[in-house]
Amino acid sequence: MSGAIKLSLTRRYRFAASHRLYSPAFSEEENRRLYGKCGNPHGHGHNYVVEVTISGPVDPETGMVANLGELDPFVERGIIEPFDHRYLNEEVAEFRECVPTSENICREIYRRLGGFPAARLERVRIEETSNNSFEFAGECGTSSEGMR
Amino acid sequence: MIRVTRKLEFSAAHFYHNPNFSAEENRRIFGKCNNPHGHGHNYVLEVTVAGEPDPATGMVLDLKELKDILQREVADRMDHRHLNYEVPELAGKIPTCENIAAVIWRLLEPRITKGRLDRVRVYESPDLFADCTAEPNGAGGSA
Repeated sequence: MSGAIKLSLTRRYRFAASHRLYSPAFSEEENRRLYGKCGNPHGHGHNYVVEVTISGPVDPETGMVANLGELDPFVERGIIEPFDHRYLNEEVAEFRECVPTSENICREIYRRLGGFPAARLERVRIEETSNNSFEFAGECGTSSEGMR
Repeated sequence: MIRVTRKLEFSAAHFYHNPNFSAEENRRIFGKCNNPHGHGHNYVLEVTVAGEPDPATGMVLDLKELKDILQREVADRMDHRHLNYEVPELAGKIPTCENIAAVIWRLLEPRITKGRLDRVRVYESPDLFADCTAEPNGAGGSA
């Protein structure tokens, strides 16, 4: 009676960075109204938590969806090194083009981790503070994520 | 549909070693988890059951019953045990949190008679956990 099961593995990482929410597409007044104190021109920062979920068959030889010995350095190189203790607006090229809201940071992290070779990237969830979290699991219908 | 989650903590020892690998491969693949003396974790298990609440009781299932099932099936088997040596369901498997979650799923699924088992989540530490769920299309990808 027991059906097929699916396994995923989630690992939490951390980085600290500053950002400022401001869009040149809006007037100063609109920016103030939209982004409030997050628009402070000197920026502000957060201790971000990044939850990375991967899925796939469990290798019977290792008991693992993927070895953390591979995932950790992949995330370290792709996300932590370029984001940690940086000003995201200036020092991460993608955020010169779009506002580094947590939604956009989440999507950018998902994009960067999509090439992980050892398992399928299932979801990226980030906590900007302990009260705010954001999740991205791929665009519905535009990737192998399909209709999940 | 409502999802109901019950948590259980258990502490256990384990280490990772595959006899098919050389000593050098074991060290390279499993790192410090390969230490033959073992090490331990405070595991946190979250079991989620999904279903419609019974209109008479307002409950998907009686959480006291779920608590008793978790005690019998998981805590009695795994708490303060060495997972490599003392849990027959893990014999011949590397006791990773993926495999522990899969074993717990297999143990619990037939015991949940009200609602259906939706997810088994096993935290090895606050920063690492495995989820076991039913394969969405019910086929393939079996672990």
